[in-house]
Amino acid sequence: MRVDSFSGVFLTLLVFIPGAVVAQDAAALAQKTEISALRAELDALRTDYEVRIAELEQRLAIAEQNAEQNHGASQVVPAPAPPSNSNAAFNPAIGVVFQGFLSGVDGEPGEEEGFAVGETELIMSANVDDKFSAYLTAALAFEDGESEFELEEAWIETTALPAGFRARFGRMFSGIGYLNAKHAHTWDFADQALPYEAFLDGRYVDNGAQLRWLAPTDLYFELGGELMQGEGDPQGLGGITVFANLGGDIGADHSWLAGVSRLEQDAGQELHVAHIVWKWAPDGNWKQKNFIFQAEYLENSDLRTDDGWYAQAVFQPVPRWRIGARFDSVDLEADDPSRSTVMLDWSNSEFSRVRLQASRLEAGTTTENAWTLQYIHSIGAHGAHTF
Amino acid sequence: MRQIILALLLAIPVSATAEVRVFVCEPEWAALATELGGALVETYSATTALQDPHYIQARPSLIAKLRRADLLICSGAQLEIGWLPALLQKANNRKVMPGSDGYLEASRYVLRLGATANVDRAQGDIHPQGNPHIQTNPHNIVAVAREITRRLSKIDSINTVSYDKNLISFLDKWRAAIERWEAVAGPLSGRRMIAHHKSWVYLADWLGLEEVAYLEPIAGLPPTATHLSRLTNRFADGGADVIVRSPYQDDRPSEWLSERIQVPALVLPLSVGGTDDATDLFSLYDAIISRLLGAMHDV
Repeated sequence: MRVDSFSGVFLTLLVFIPGAVVAQDAAALAQKTEISALRAELDALRTDYEVRIAELEQRLAIAEQNAEQNHGASQVVPAPAPPSNSNAAFNPAIGVVFQGFLSGVDGEPGEEEGFAVGETELIMSANVDDKFSAYLTAALAFEDGESEFELEEAWIETTALPAGFRARFGRMFSGIGYLNAKHAHTWDFADQALPYEAFLDGRYVDNGAQLRWLAPTDLYFELGGELMQGEGDPQGLGGITVFANLGGDIGADHSWLAGVSRLEQDAGQELHVAHIVWKWAPDGNWKQKNFIFQAEYLENSDLRTDDGWYAQAVFQPVPRWRIGARFDSVDLEADDPSRSTVMLDWSNSEFSRVRLQASRLEAGTTTENAWTLQYIHSIGAHGAHTF
Repeated sequence: MRQIILALLLAIPVSATAEVRVFVCEPEWAALATELGGALVETYSATTALQDPHYIQARPSLIAKLRRADLLICSGAQLEIGWLPALLQKANNRKVMPGSDGYLEASRYVLRLGATANVDRAQGDIHPQGNPHIQTNPHNIVAVAREITRRLSKIDSINTVSYDKNLISFLDKWRAAIERWEAVAGPLSGRRMIAHHKSWVYLADWLGLEEVAYLEPIAGLPPTATHLSRLTNRFADGGADVIVRSPYQDDRPSEWLSERIQVPALVLPLSVGGTDDATDLFSLYDAIISRLLGAMHDV
């Protein structure tokens, strides 16, 4: 019993002392928590007020400037931030476009099958000063087991010529045709149209100078020409182009562009191109639903005269998804290949796109079926796309 | 004979030739420029209120219009970054190039909300310089009006007096309208709104509305089924008073959600011409506020 009561007291002590300590600790902790809570609250208030004060100061500054301007007392230009829609917002704007393919061809297995990393485009651009801007695209490619670096475009352009003129010099995609100046990542199909492949090896890109003039009319009318290095003349200046474009709207839903162009090289090539593009979106609200039709006709004279054409249509029925079909054909001496292509693509945002494409190529007696799964992803600054 | 000729001459409408050609990116700036310039300006808007200004084609017609413009007015803050740079490059018009008197970004002259240094595209189509839809707070219009007047006076200095006069009379009317709007919109304070896109942050800030959710899972991406069903669960037992979208946004997501959580879905004009009753800047705000009040009354 004694032992029991002793052990009882002991037990009680054992139980209560730590309990009391715990209780004491708890009280202290509660106090501490309260203090830190108060502190946090105070801090929050302080930050809140700092933010509000900063906001109010900014408001006051704007109001003061407005008031000053209103009274004509001062002509201080407000807000030193750069214009956000201009290239100056990033100096320079840098972007990278990634492209890759997984493809297959029926019939004989060739190098075009399997995984391939397409051209990775590195794009940089900025205003040089108040009168010039500069643009660079370099394509990084991996072909035949080797890394390749290709300068696609590197040009300087004027931004302040009077009377609707604009000049460009350096290395550039020529302004002829419609597809010629389009970068691969903006194509609606995974590959280039056949006539461009046949007559221009993809596109006409050269070193030289370009001049464009835009008429001061409501109807879009642009004239342009280029003097290029070209082929054939050992002194250079072996390529000359001229082009004219016309365009406009029909109501809010429709817009169009049409043009003719000509390329002449001292080596003997003479190429004529005619193109037409028509775009449609209900109420002009492009994001929800849209349709694009484009067609081009190319006539190429070298040793003999060949021609080719393509026509394509792309429809976006709902945001993100697009379907398209293309028919392209060239009339050559040896044979006259023609191709039918269908594609489906999905874009998670403006910066990512995945495309599935199938095509059937008929040339002479042979038929080749091919499919391609393609991705196009871009990071960094991405320039606005032209029409 | 002479009388007939005189009568004929008088009958010919004397069209006052506009001194300043104004190219705007969004219709609200055309309306404002008209208020401030009157017959001295001729405006052309690149977009209508039924078009999403983030996604516009750099069309030949727009390039042709910009070619002859004396003043360009756009919201800025990268709203038009997908197309305006292409127009500016192709229009060959040095009068409206960035940095000149003819280039005006309205959002630079107001306090922008939602500016962030964090520019990760994983968060969607965000605008690091802040939300560009500044026109939904009439106080912002005051600041932009002053700047437009300043630019008009610079470009067409002969008519400075007229522009100043126009500004004063516009601001008088505008301030009275703001007072009226703020008085009638009182009941909207504290109301909870689900918006399709972050188009209404300035309106919410002005009238004390609370933006509780967005139909877009992340800014700029179309609403997804997963996100909508999450919103359904979240607001099934209240927590929202109204769902709003702009005229150019898909009606299905907001109608779908509205049906499930029993909260009215509204189309609010984001700009002049967005709804039939929003014919100028004044009626734009009238339309927005009366629609919101009407929806609240139904609840």
